[in-house]
Amino acid sequence: MASNKNININLKIWRQKDAKSKGKIETYKLDNVSTDSSFLEMLDQLNEQLINSRQEPVAFDHDCREGICGMCSLYINGRAHGPDTKITTCQLHMRMFKDNDTIYVEPWRSKAFPVIKDLVVDRSAFERIQQAGGFVSVNTSGRTIDANATPVPKHDADRAFEAAACIGCGACVASCKNGSAMLFVGAKVSQYALLPQGKVEAADRVLNMVRQMDEEGFGNCTNTGACEVECPKGISLENIARMNREYLFASVK
Amino acid sequence: MAKSALLKSSLAKKYWMALTGLFLCLFLVGHLIGNLQLLSSSENAALHFNQYALFMTTNPAIKLLSYLTYISILFHAIDGIVLTVRNKKARPVNYVMNNPSKNTIWASRNMAVLGTVILIFIVTHMVTFWGKMHFDKAMPLQTMTISAGGMPQEFYLTTDGGYVPKGQVDQGAMVIKNRTEFFDAGANVKVKEGYKDLYKITVAFFKDAKFGLIYTILYAISMIVLGFHLYHGFGSAFQSLGANNPKYNGLIKNFGKGFAIIVPLLFAIIPIYIHFFIK
Repeated sequence: MASNKNININLKIWRQKDAKSKGKIETYKLDNVSTDSSFLEMLDQLNEQLINSRQEPVAFDHDCREGICGMCSLYINGRAHGPDTKITTCQLHMRMFKDNDTIYVEPWRSKAFPVIKDLVVDRSAFERIQQAGGFVSVNTSGRTIDANATPVPKHDADRAFEAAACIGCGACVASCKNGSAMLFVGAKVSQYALLPQGKVEAADRVLNMVRQMDEEGFGNCTNTGACEVECPKGISLENIARMNREYLFASVK
Repeated sequence: MAKSALLKSSLAKKYWMALTGLFLCLFLVGHLIGNLQLLSSSENAALHFNQYALFMTTNPAIKLLSYLTYISILFHAIDGIVLTVRNKKARPVNYVMNNPSKNTIWASRNMAVLGTVILIFIVTHMVTFWGKMHFDKAMPLQTMTISAGGMPQEFYLTTDGGYVPKGQVDQGAMVIKNRTEFFDAGANVKVKEGYKDLYKITVAFFKDAKFGLIYTILYAISMIVLGFHLYHGFGSAFQSLGANNPKYNGLIKNFGKGFAIIVPLLFAIIPIYIHFFIK
């Protein structure tokens, strides 16, 4: 689907020297951007231009560039991962934009995701939530049971797999008007709660993960559904409801 | 652990929000059914409505429900304010460019604003009607004019189905005590009890020569606001309580939308009917 078309764009990018500095929006003009390039490649092109003119390049997160690692973030023109659904920013292509478009690029905004530099935020709050209970305690002494020896209903296995598709990018937090992490936590709780191996520790897991989520300063879900729309992996709100159920039952136990 | 989890955690706040909200939805249905009597064109409409008002303010079971309703309103409002403040804190720096209409409906993003308008409405509504019914010493008692032999005479209607001629009170043979009780002036014993005329108060309020139209319009606007609040709130409550199942989601969603349109619409019809059609 090569279009061989180049466009000129105006970029309005959040620049912030470090966590302590005050940031602001800077405007850059970037010409000859191929519509076949990805959004991150476009930023690479901008950074080359900045380096060539001896300016500080824009810092942004990226890693696999094929939509599975969850590193790339960016709030583009008012939406997480830009103007398309079920994609990460590395999968966003410049063909989604028109010649002379003005594009706003901002970091995720959340108290729990402080800005480190420019567009890079610290998402280790997610890791601490995960460490609070997002695991199954497995005996690895060498006498492990073959996973297939435990029967799992197909329906449950599918739901668990869908929840496990979460790449922890933080788009849910970024797009939620409350900065809530409940889609992430809901997915992480669900992927284990649905499987027999995870059920053993289900009650402690949900209590601990929700406690950690609250401690990190994430907001509260008001069921607007923005997270579900913007999630690159299409994680369903069903997972938040499952977390609500699990937590309710675990609390009264 | 479990104890504080059901009171302090973010999820606990959602449960309480949902439970109080759903209870208030039930209250709306009950209140609506009662109010719809105001649309009756029967000649006994006023009496029936006032009898209903007396029942609603004196029956012990209803009293218990009404206390639950006050608590729910307060809790729903306070919980809502706490959540809104916390949620604002969760995003200290706002986006320069934000496009939330791409992924959410307007009502869902403005529940706090809608709720605040509804709370103001509830307070003024209670001052206007509930407050008068409970505390106003000048609350009128229901009367009826009967023409006997070409001589129109006014009577107070009483709870035993009888009446007290107004003349007796005017001449001092009967004394009204405790706002509704008719006492025999000589023997000083309670003879009969009258009805507070809430019907009259209500009709007079919405037919007020100066402000009746404004009150009617404000009431209708409040009901539109309530509709938007319910449009998101009803289904949201089920999600918060964990009731999300693809089998029933459509039903809950559609029922909620129907509820959000029909209930406020029926409420709004009442003052409009009173203002424009009651003579």
